[in-house]
Amino acid sequence: MTPWYTEGEPLRDATTPAVPIEDRWDARRFETKLVNPANRRRLSVIIVGTGLAGASAAATLGEGGYHVKSFCYQDSPRRAHSIAAQGGINAAKNYRNDGDSVRRLFYDTIKGGDFRSRESNVYRLAQVSTAIIDQCVAQGVPFAREYGGLLDNRSFGGVQVSRTFYARGQTGEQLLLGAYQAQERQVAAGTVEVFTRHEMLDLIVIDGKARGIIVRDMVTGEVETHLADAVVLASGGYGNAFYLSTNAMGCNATAIWRAHRHGALFANPCFTQIHPTCIPVSGDYQSKLTLMSESLRNDGRIWVPSEGGDDRDPREIPDTDRDYFLERLYPAYGNLVTRDVASRAVKNVCDAGYGVGPGSRGVYLDLADAINRLGQAAIKEKYGNLFDMYQRITGEDPYQVPMRIYPAVHYTMGGLWVDYDLQSTVPGLFVIGEANFSDHGANRLGASALMQGLADGYFVLPNTIANYLATNPMPADIDASHPVAVRTADAVQARIQKLLTIKGQRTVDSFHKELGNILWEKCGMERTAEGLTEAIGQVRKLKEEFWNNVKVTGENEELNQTLERAGRVADFFELAELMCIDALHRAESCGGHFRTESQTEDGEALRNDDEFAYVAAWSFTGGGEQPVLRKEHLEFDFVEMTQRSYK
Amino acid sequence: MNITLRIWRQQNGSDAGAMVTYRIEDVAPEMSFLEMLDVLNEQLTLSGDDPVAFDSDCREGICGTCSLVIDGIAHGPEALTAVCQLHMRHFDDGAVIDVEPWRADPFPIVKDLIVDRSALDRIIQAGGYITAPTGTAPDAHATLVPKDAADRAFDAAVCIGCGACIAACPNGSAMLFTGAKATHLGSLPQGQPERNSRALAMINQHDAEGFGGCTEIGECTAVCPVGIPLNMISQLNSDVLSALAPGRTRRPQTG
Repeated sequence: MTPWYTEGEPLRDATTPAVPIEDRWDARRFETKLVNPANRRRLSVIIVGTGLAGASAAATLGEGGYHVKSFCYQDSPRRAHSIAAQGGINAAKNYRNDGDSVRRLFYDTIKGGDFRSRESNVYRLAQVSTAIIDQCVAQGVPFAREYGGLLDNRSFGGVQVSRTFYARGQTGEQLLLGAYQAQERQVAAGTVEVFTRHEMLDLIVIDGKARGIIVRDMVTGEVETHLADAVVLASGGYGNAFYLSTNAMGCNATAIWRAHRHGALFANPCFTQIHPTCIPVSGDYQSKLTLMSESLRNDGRIWVPSEGGDDRDPREIPDTDRDYFLERLYPAYGNLVTRDVASRAVKNVCDAGYGVGPGSRGVYLDLADAINRLGQAAIKEKYGNLFDMYQRITGEDPYQVPMRIYPAVHYTMGGLWVDYDLQSTVPGLFVIGEANFSDHGANRLGASALMQGLADGYFVLPNTIANYLATNPMPADIDASHPVAVRTADAVQARIQKLLTIKGQRTVDSFHKELGNILWEKCGMERTAEGLTEAIGQVRKLKEEFWNNVKVTGENEELNQTLERAGRVADFFELAELMCIDALHRAESCGGHFRTESQTEDGEALRNDDEFAYVAAWSFTGGGEQPVLRKEHLEFDFVEMTQRSYK
Repeated sequence: MNITLRIWRQQNGSDAGAMVTYRIEDVAPEMSFLEMLDVLNEQLTLSGDDPVAFDSDCREGICGTCSLVIDGIAHGPEALTAVCQLHMRHFDDGAVIDVEPWRADPFPIVKDLIVDRSALDRIIQAGGYITAPTGTAPDAHATLVPKDAADRAFDAAVCIGCGACIAACPNGSAMLFTGAKATHLGSLPQGQPERNSRALAMINQHDAEGFGGCTEIGECTAVCPVGIPLNMISQLNSDVLSALAPGRTRRPQTG
């Protein structure tokens, strides 16, 4: 028995109807109890987060007549990090008549996730994808169009059909503004209340059910208790555990981690996605990383000098002295191999001493051939905004000099475990969008995150949560003076005071950077049992030092950004340990999780379906205690399990 | 590089506030302006001082959170650049740089460089949407949208809601922000039914929040990090006039 965890009872999703996969969503909606429209205004729902999932859920539940309380840490709900998504959103519209269908989108997503996601949920995602596009167009989302007035589509992320809808390089922004405006309309209608600059710091669980949250007003420092009949977490992913990622500065795991501590299982925490085409780090002051859309790989060639340390101007390095390593290693797919394969190859050549730029942490992404072939005007039309962004950040003109790129943490497939209803293992606690583990398995396909966020928020949750609300309204005698609510608020206050009174020698950011570095090196693109074991020890040690030596200035009763960050980093430590334990226990490679010990002779990821075709859902057992692993075995009745190959 | 910063410090909304001078050494030209402030804050924290509070989130120019006036210019000296994308290579070694918050009556200061921009949310609440409850949408191809209308809508829809236009305007007007939303939704076929009422509701809220009127100075568009053009205010005005005089036709009435 391993010393890191114990194994508990298997886990089962009890809410998927036992009918053919095409009929499950219909069947589930028919089974669910409805709430009489006249009763809805007496039922309240708390939604944490105002990204695509949270805003679309708040708008839809508000339109349905429920009383919604929506919380975000930003100064406006419109600023949630969904806004930064560039590429597009998939939908099985088959407007191109190129053979796409709900089944094909389902199949691509299951296969892309390397057979570690649940078939029923993914099928439903593909089913509702078409309605998302209709909904967004009706709201006025300005998707790209052709001269005839029809919507344009493009192929994205290595699939063979053109099913991606987009709004230049700002698809996430436009979709989010659509959902935000719908939500604000409900604010005016009186069904949605928005609490900006409020951060959830704990979950209130009364008699086994989620009944509210504790939040901190980030302007006054006041710790407030908010109760509701149900709680929805739409608080996004945990990529910022790595410190450097493409996430926004404020993105954090506190909402989901606090829920985890109250009994919500955390599924597949080690499944993180590393995106190959980001702008490299320029120095140790670096605060975040910026993604360059991977559409650049359609026309760009990736290379490094054949000689390590060759510091000539890249334009003066002749073709004979260049190593186009992706084309060499993967002749069939070349520069278009999947995100995880490309990222690992880039890191490997840099580790071997062939990298370019500051710290030799970069490779060239060169569009010179395409510029010569198509002309600068054509490249500008296609990638102009990306080139401008690159130039703004690096000061280099990518029309003249090849861009430098390096992989960065971009998305987390893991998250709180949910059933078909998107309900966690805490009754009344629902989890949507990136915060749950639901649809992407071990690897997410491009243009699928936006699809999932809006599917969950507009179409899935508003149906499934009604079933819970219909039968589990909050007992009338529960209010903010309930002993559990008081105890939870007191614990939050105590933790804040603890952070403020350590008065140590190190800043919050210095701890966060060190934690991020441990994860990046040992729980990043390539993981080994030895490295992960070390990482667990290092994380524990650093966590202990944090609680004895962190320096948090100021008071609680004011706007205090250092205190905000300290609370988030404290939770990242606990999550980081679980990420490493999960990565250590999963002694196979799949999707974004590459274990050095499990690879083919060609160095490709080697899955082990006999032992690991399950969702690893972890149960919290108390600080410092071993987590309990509960397995949800995955059945693949509709897609045959195959090994990926990009040779 | 060595930089001298003069930063607006204000403990809270009722504090008077003042400019405070800081020296920061070894600034790398590759740093972003906000990363330089991060470094300053690390130093302040270690010396036991209160770090400078400022807003930022995505740090890639799209979320609209960052909001600094640098040497008197909202978002700083680089055109079409939010301050999170401004880099130190655009400043000289030894430079003295003033850093202030957005200043406008409807944007009360919360702390240091952070202001309250919730007035902009309330303008959207008043009418900045198309009424399309979930589930009511026809097929996305049911209505064709001419490409020029789609492009015009998009050019307006890229507004990131940062509020620089207001900070730059001598009148403290939010007409560019409001005009962008009116133009975004009013350029699309699905936005026509509410076009005039939307414009009127938004401008009424705009005025109620205490934003000033537009006198076509153009500072707003000059500082806009996404280049929203001034003519979007014309569309807003046109729609508002239509709303105020529903019987009005384009042809002037003759005696």
